[in-house]
Amino acid sequence: MLKLTGLTKRYATGDLALNDISLSVPAGQVLALIGPSGAGKSTLIRCVNRLVEPTAGAVELDGRDISKVRGGALRQARRQIGMIFQNYALVERLSVMENVLSGRLAYVGFWRSYFRKFPANDVKQAYRLLARVGLESMLDKRSDALSGGQKQRVGIARALMQNPKLLLVDEPTASLDPKTSRQIMRLICELCQEQNLATIINIHDVALAQQFVHRVVGLRAGEIVYDGSPDGLTPDILTTIYGEEDWSLTHQDSGKQSDNDQNDDVEAAIMGGHP
Amino acid sequence: MTDNSLAGAQRIAAAQNGQWQPLPHISSAALRWGLNAAALIYLVLVYFSVDINWARVAQGLDRGVAFMASFFSPDFITRGGEIAIGLRESLTMTFVATVLGIALAIPVGLGAARNIAPAPVYYFCRAIIALSRTFQEIIIAILFVAMFGFGPLAGVMTLAFATIGFMAKLLAEDIEDAQRDPMEAVRATGASWLQWINYAVQPQVMPRLIGLSLYRLDINFRESAIIGIVGAGGIGATLNTSINRYDYDTSAAVLLVIIGIVLCSEYLSGYVRKWTA
Ligand SMILES: Nc1ncnc2c1ncn2[C@@H]1O[C@H](COP(=O)(O)OP(=O)(O)OP(=O)(O)O)[C@@H](O)[C@H]1O
Ligand SMILES: [Mg+2]
Repeated sequence: MLKLTGLTKRYATGDLALNDISLSVPAGQVLALIGPSGAGKSTLIRCVNRLVEPTAGAVELDGRDISKVRGGALRQARRQIGMIFQNYALVERLSVMENVLSGRLAYVGFWRSYFRKFPANDVKQAYRLLARVGLESMLDKRSDALSGGQKQRVGIARALMQNPKLLLVDEPTASLDPKTSRQIMRLICELCQEQNLATIINIHDVALAQQFVHRVVGLRAGEIVYDGSPDGLTPDILTTIYGEEDWSLTHQDSGKQSDNDQNDDVEAAIMGGHP
Repeated sequence: MTDNSLAGAQRIAAAQNGQWQPLPHISSAALRWGLNAAALIYLVLVYFSVDINWARVAQGLDRGVAFMASFFSPDFITRGGEIAIGLRESLTMTFVATVLGIALAIPVGLGAARNIAPAPVYYFCRAIIALSRTFQEIIIAILFVAMFGFGPLAGVMTLAFATIGFMAKLLAEDIEDAQRDPMEAVRATGASWLQWINYAVQPQVMPRLIGLSLYRLDINFRESAIIGIVGAGGIGATLNTSINRYDYDTSAAVLLVIIGIVLCSEYLSGYVRKWTA
């Protein structure tokens, strides 16, 4: 589905953010990309949809190299790649519906989009997605009037409006409370399963990642230092990724979360909810 | 170093006792007082270097008082017809020039925003802005009067030209200050350039664009009174004629009309700004 070969990025400032990364992600797989701040996680996913231009290497989407395409071909490639941002990145003065429909921009002509006359099927899909993320009653609300969690749901709906094959998610939960974070992660993972998307999620919360994803890739200083199952993240490996630290708590935590329902109670207790 | 930390300790001790004043912007006391003294000396020197002819001032004062006094007896009637024609011409000039100027300023402004325009376009558009802003309206008006002859056409061209520089510069600055994340997000959907402008940039700059347009309308009306004096038509021409005839009552009437219209536009723009927020 997605295949990176020898992907390298050196910024104009001289920082080598990615060093010869090779990675492939099959359809339907949710991959968590973890690593310390500055490891190059954001750079990696931005090189995929070319918000950042890679210095070298290939990015293949369904066997087609999109690392050098331009103009119409680039837009064509981008519309197959949905992206979800840490700061939601909604256009605040537009309504919820306009934000969601903006995911269809690459499918409709300029004047249609200018007059907001989207095809009925697009509007139906937008409504379905909003209902799926639980915001159908807010379609006319201006998006600066939403809470963080609601904004992120709109962001998810916008990304899925593109009918993408690949979803890139940059720290979707970094600005959310623990409970909303779990809900958002669950939603993203469920939707990816439903639509059989390849997904890369950048995330700092290792325990949260372990709870939801199929595969974890650890990045350190622009190089892959771990690629394997979420359960394989031993304290030793976390030390290779992040550096020396006492990992016992994190690890215990993730151990507990595998005997499922119990942690919902913990979650409820933390959030002050009723059992 | 020890000196500093000693002073710091004293300030902390004083704060414990409830005594605190912000640190002065200039920490050296000598420099602080020196700068104040320099400013004072400069003022005194300036006063003596400007050659003020008090006799002439006293003489002119009388004329000024007469002018002011005429505000209590403005004459809208005697030259009422001329005032009405001048006013209509000015309003027309203002509207046409503002609309035309803004229509041209939008593409220039887009091109002059560093975050959305490629370098060659950016430098070209910045050059247009610089050109338009370098020359005062009066100078452009004199040029256009020479090119197009006396009358409102020269006035419209002048105001439109000045509007381009003003609007494009401020619009470009607003675009440069726009939030980057939503712009990236819309680009990442695969939108075309125009769609991107329409969805990610326009919503962010629209309120300011509307506010600035109204402000420019207001400026253009006031400028139309000024450039009329060099022959570019409008109410300025009426004003100029009346002043030349020492017909201060009519001048006062013209000025009152201008004040009234500027006040109206002030209220209007306040209202529209609230509505577009
Ligand atoms: N626009 C840029 N120009 C120059 N250097 C950059 C730029 N963006 C990122 N870098 C550098 O590239 C490296 C990787 O940055 P990146 O943002 O990909 O890290 P990250 O893993 O996403 O970190 P975080 O977890 O803090 O988001 C860092 O050293 C950073 O300083
Ligand atoms: Mg990042």
